Amino acid sequence: MKRFLEKLVEGILMISGSLTSVAILLIIIFLFKEGIGLFNSPEVEKGYVLSVSQANPVNSLSPLEVKDIFDGEITNWKQVGGTDEEIMIFRFDDIFNYYPEEEMGENYEFLPDKLSSVVQEHATIIAFLPEKYLSVSFQGKLLDKKNISPLDFFFGKEWFPTSAPVAQYGVLPLILGTLWVSLGAILIALPFGLAVAIYLAEIADVRMRKVLKPVIELLAGIPSVVYGFFGLVVIVPFLQSLFRLPVGETALAGSVVLAIMALPTIITVAEDAIRTTPRIMKEASLGLGANHWQTIYRVILPYARSGILAAVVLGIGRAIGETMAVLMVTGNAAIIPATLLEPVRTIPATIAAELGEAPAGGAHYQSLFMLGCVLFVITLVLSVAVEIISGKRSSRGV
Amino acid sequence: MDEKKIKLEAKNVNFYYDDFHALKGINMQIEQNSVVAFIGPSGCGKSTFLRLFNRMNDLIDGTHLTGECLLDGRDIYDKRVHVDELRKNVGMVFQKPNPFPKTIFENVAYGLRVNGVKDEKYIKQRVEESLQSAALWEEVKDKLKKSAFELSGGQQQRLCIARAMAISPSVLLMDEPASALDPISTAKIEELIHELKKDYTIVIVTHNMQQAARVSDKTGFFLLGELIEYDQTKKIFLNPEKESTQNYITGRFG
Ligand SMILES: Nc1ncnc2c1ncn2[C@@H]1O[C@H](COP(=O)(O)OP(=O)(O)OP(=O)(O)O)[C@@H](O)[C@H]1O
Ligand SMILES: [Mg+2]
Repeated sequence: MKRFLEKLVEGILMISGSLTSVAILLIIIFLFKEGIGLFNSPEVEKGYVLSVSQANPVNSLSPLEVKDIFDGEITNWKQVGGTDEEIMIFRFDDIFNYYPEEEMGENYEFLPDKLSSVVQEHATIIAFLPEKYLSVSFQGKLLDKKNISPLDFFFGKEWFPTSAPVAQYGVLPLILGTLWVSLGAILIALPFGLAVAIYLAEIADVRMRKVLKPVIELLAGIPSVVYGFFGLVVIVPFLQSLFRLPVGETALAGSVVLAIMALPTIITVAEDAIRTTPRIMKEASLGLGANHWQTIYRVILPYARSGILAAVVLGIGRAIGETMAVLMVTGNAAIIPATLLEPVRTIPATIAAELGEAPAGGAHYQSLFMLGCVLFVITLVLSVAVEIISGKRSSRGV
Repeated sequence: MDEKKIKLEAKNVNFYYDDFHALKGINMQIEQNSVVAFIGPSGCGKSTFLRLFNRMNDLIDGTHLTGECLLDGRDIYDKRVHVDELRKNVGMVFQKPNPFPKTIFENVAYGLRVNGVKDEKYIKQRVEESLQSAALWEEVKDKLKKSAFELSGGQQQRLCIARAMAISPSVLLMDEPASALDPISTAKIEELIHELKKDYTIVIVTHNMQQAARVSDKTGFFLLGELIEYDQTKKIFLNPEKESTQNYITGRFG
């Protein structure tokens, strides 16, 4: 009977262990499956085509070129490899400027022909047309239909997922925004966190510790929206007046808020690491005439190095994945920031802000999943790197 | 007048861990350039007493000391004494080898570096000298840049002795330095103690009666926080005054 119970408990433990692993695996697979779909979606909005005149030597345009043409930033075909002529932009509803509505016929049955002749008659045209109004004898030249390329996705500098005719899915600003904000957060949180951890582990007396520890643990339990509020009401205006900025919502504001949020983790983990330094190590150092500070930075910190590293990574991990607070204080501009004093937008903030308005299954929706994959890979790389570094250290003991 | 100079002295020392009375009214004089062994059953306070002389017990919360501990006639618990300075002068070797997670070279150089020595040439010379006097030089001279953890336990312990000697203390406190070692390493360390006697005053705690008899000039027998008997080693082992001493060294208890 007792053996049976033991077996049962063992079985339950094993099952829950494997279930957890399978669930995690499924989530990752789901994430990547949805995300990868992005690269099978056409660049041009579904159901639409881009067309130029047969005489035009240009056969294909990059997403960015299309956007610049329709935004009026590129105005001459020469700029995209064509002849030296001004570009004429034609959107579907412009047809009524050329032909009165009466000529389209009762059920718009003549519309395809009219579109065809407009494109044929204007050598410098670029037309953005619904596929369903193309006649069999369409006289224009359709630009190459390409799928969204990974290169444009990862290295594109423009994130305009809702712009027509071609949405821009360049995630570089978002990746950089995330890294900037997280890096800033760590640069702020690490010195503070380490200082507090050293203080708690080595210097504070028992009474002080008894007061400080619970306060720090409490800090870890505050919901992130509250940090966001705090950031918005206190830190943003403060930074704005400190640096005389036009707007206070900046990468730095995000970093500061994240630093505060990451502090409890960093402090707790680093303090534990420092405490694991064996007493005989400390005694060896003090016994050689080293004072307390020398012992701390020559023996204790090197000894606790891998633990401190782990603290940093856990801190960064929290920072990189954090959504709400960052969304509230960073200004959410998807541009590549030149300094920490400019608005940025992070990956999680983008996902949170846009998922609601992206039609399910569409390219925008898939691009947000791909962003999730990117975030996942970043954190994965981080933790593997740390694993390797700390593994090396502990096995060599140097 | 062949009375030797007194290096260490305890005057009516009482020591408490919180309420626990660990050392009870101990008086002892240790002469310069002599080797003194502390023996006694486990938990009788040998380590506690030894650690009073480099103020290692200061690290433990809730301890309390009465009486006087003197080094060269000066109270080492006087407020004007710098603990770091004292510990430079009173080196310690611990029961378990405790090298730093650093290279062999940096382990020995540590004491010099924390004491502000910057002259790399001098550091190199002291490291070599110390390793030589710890009888370890020949074994490690080609791998000074290797981690100290790559040494055997016995080598590590000699490294710790070299490390303690590098800053030229005048007293060496050794708490069961050979307890974790094989007979050959133990013999090497005992040999070393004989050598070191010329320059150092050595106090050694040991559970090994033969070892105490072999290396020490004087032996102190501790029991339940009291110093029962303290005399010439020969006298303690051949003809002790107290019955409990006799019982202990003949292995009848403890
Ligand atoms: N940090 C401490 N806190 C409280 N009590 C302690 C502490 N260290 C030692 N003691 C107590 O003081 C007494 C003497 O301990 P000590 O370590 O000096 O014994 P010892 O003679 O060195 O024993 P051993 O031969 O086992 O090393 C023991 O009863 C021990 O329980
Ligand atoms: Mg002991």
